Amino acid sequence: MTYSDTYLRQILTESKTIAAVGVSTNPIRPSYFVARYLNLKKYRVLPVNPVYVGQQLFGEAFTPAMAALPQDLKVHMVDIFRRPDQVMPVVVDAIELLLPRGLKTIWMQIGVINEEAAALARAAGLNVVMDRCPKIEHQRLFGELRKGGFNTGIISSKL
Amino acid sequence: MTEFGFDTLQIHAGARPDPATGARQTPIYQTTAYVFRDADHAAALFNLQEVGYIYSRLTNPTIAVLQERVATLEGGAGAVCCSSGHAAQIMALFPLMTPGDNVVVSTRLYGGSITQFSHTIKRFGWSAAFVDFDDIDAVKAAADENTKAIFCESISNPGGYLTDIPAVAAVADELGIPLIVDNTLASPYLCKPIEMGATLVVHSLTKYLTGNGTVTGGVVVDSGNFDWSASDKFPSLSQPEPAYHGLKFHETFGNLAFTFHGIAIGLRDLGMTLNPQAAHYTLMGIETLSLRMQRHVENAEKVAAWLEADPRVDYVTYAGLPSSPYAARKAALYPKGAGALFTFAVKGGYEACVKLVDSVEIFSHVANLGDTRSLIIHSASTTHRQLTLEQQEAAGAGPSVVRLSIGIENVDDLIRDLDQALATATA
Repeated sequence: MTYSDTYLRQILTESKTIAAVGVSTNPIRPSYFVARYLNLKKYRVLPVNPVYVGQQLFGEAFTPAMAALPQDLKVHMVDIFRRPDQVMPVVVDAIELLLPRGLKTIWMQIGVINEEAAALARAAGLNVVMDRCPKIEHQRLFGELRKGGFNTGIISSKL
Repeated sequence: MTEFGFDTLQIHAGARPDPATGARQTPIYQTTAYVFRDADHAAALFNLQEVGYIYSRLTNPTIAVLQERVATLEGGAGAVCCSSGHAAQIMALFPLMTPGDNVVVSTRLYGGSITQFSHTIKRFGWSAAFVDFDDIDAVKAAADENTKAIFCESISNPGGYLTDIPAVAAVADELGIPLIVDNTLASPYLCKPIEMGATLVVHSLTKYLTGNGTVTGGVVVDSGNFDWSASDKFPSLSQPEPAYHGLKFHETFGNLAFTFHGIAIGLRDLGMTLNPQAAHYTLMGIETLSLRMQRHVENAEKVAAWLEADPRVDYVTYAGLPSSPYAARKAALYPKGAGALFTFAVKGGYEACVKLVDSVEIFSHVANLGDTRSLIIHSASTTHRQLTLEQQEAAGAGPSVVRLSIGIENVDDLIRDLDQALATATA
């Protein structure tokens, strides 16, 4: 799977509100890292996880499922922190509930690949990214990984 | 992602205009610490949730450019610079090894590395098994359940030998352990170990990358290709890290894990940090790497051929000679050249070697290599001095050979200098 920098940059620029499905409140879990980073970068992160209902993450209340997200809210991206075999129902839900409310992208985290769910999302006109982390891609594309000595692949004479 | 040529990357990789000032050349950020935007920012940095600058033992904007430059040229995911090539070897092993672990290493290494691996690492509870890397079965046989890495040089010091990296990488793959290649003598212009299957690449930046004998430095490049969680062999990367509240590096940072670990644990706790001034010199050097390597190789091929034809010379080890036993390997794996470091044996043995070293006028008698200047040294009494005679012979640094590091001067002048020195040495 390869995604062009332009494609990823566009997704990360257009998405303002992100439903984080399966995100944890445990501060050393990768999902928490991602949510915390996206929150620091001014994305609105809506935590979805039945385990933590009643709790909040960065000022947003957990909902048990996407169906419980406030109806008037636009959601541009669903970021999936679930095992590959549990992705399909999330994508089905996302298309049904969020497509009319601004959904543009289904994003599956590193190690999460589900071709069948990806095909369904693409057929619904959605962008699909699999086996990538939006935090790492954001850091790579918007300059932050430059600070750590990582190969960003970006060659430019522009500021 | 657009594919850029090597000559473009050696100038531009990592070095976009300075974000703070627009400076086109990479500025030297000579500062120890960096101001946090607010407490939240500081917390995110210390928790590794954001990448940024805290303190120059860990990260520095000038050094970050160098790290990205080398990582890009080597085709890796990331790189960590450190204070010397020797430091880089420790930095590469540190995340992999625990007391009782071992590494399988080539007998054909820089003498200082043989010493580091045979004596110094024992103080960490580590050990090394030395093997002839032309005997691939022996490499495999030397590994046991505590073997955590295989280590070799691409073009080996003191020259004349080229490692069959794909063959060694296949053994590492089979064993489920990383192959670490010291690519100092080849530079990424002549050899890309990661493309041949290596997991980690280390360099002494001091040599061809800086290129002018000004500063010492080292770097560890991670390919980002190794699955540290595939076994329980690498707990520092796959298991909870107590110093970061139980964070698992590989799970959290994916293919950037080794580099994050190098900064957050390696530089933080071992402290073998490069300084920004040195990084600046090395960045200047890398801008002309391909041009220099072409000339280094061109000159080395001419000098080696001239020496081989000279009756005062017993033999020349340069792997770039058609007569070398490694000529086929050179053509297959190192087509741009076999580097510019090799040894030759003077008829007259040890005494003649010593006299030769004392008689040159352009070649400098120094313990270094990869300088624009041509260098000469008698390895057995200097760079490989701490070794036994047997180790010296195995490394190709026996008492009767002299090592040359061919520079980028006018090659006729170099040949003339060797000619007059040989005349004196064998008179």
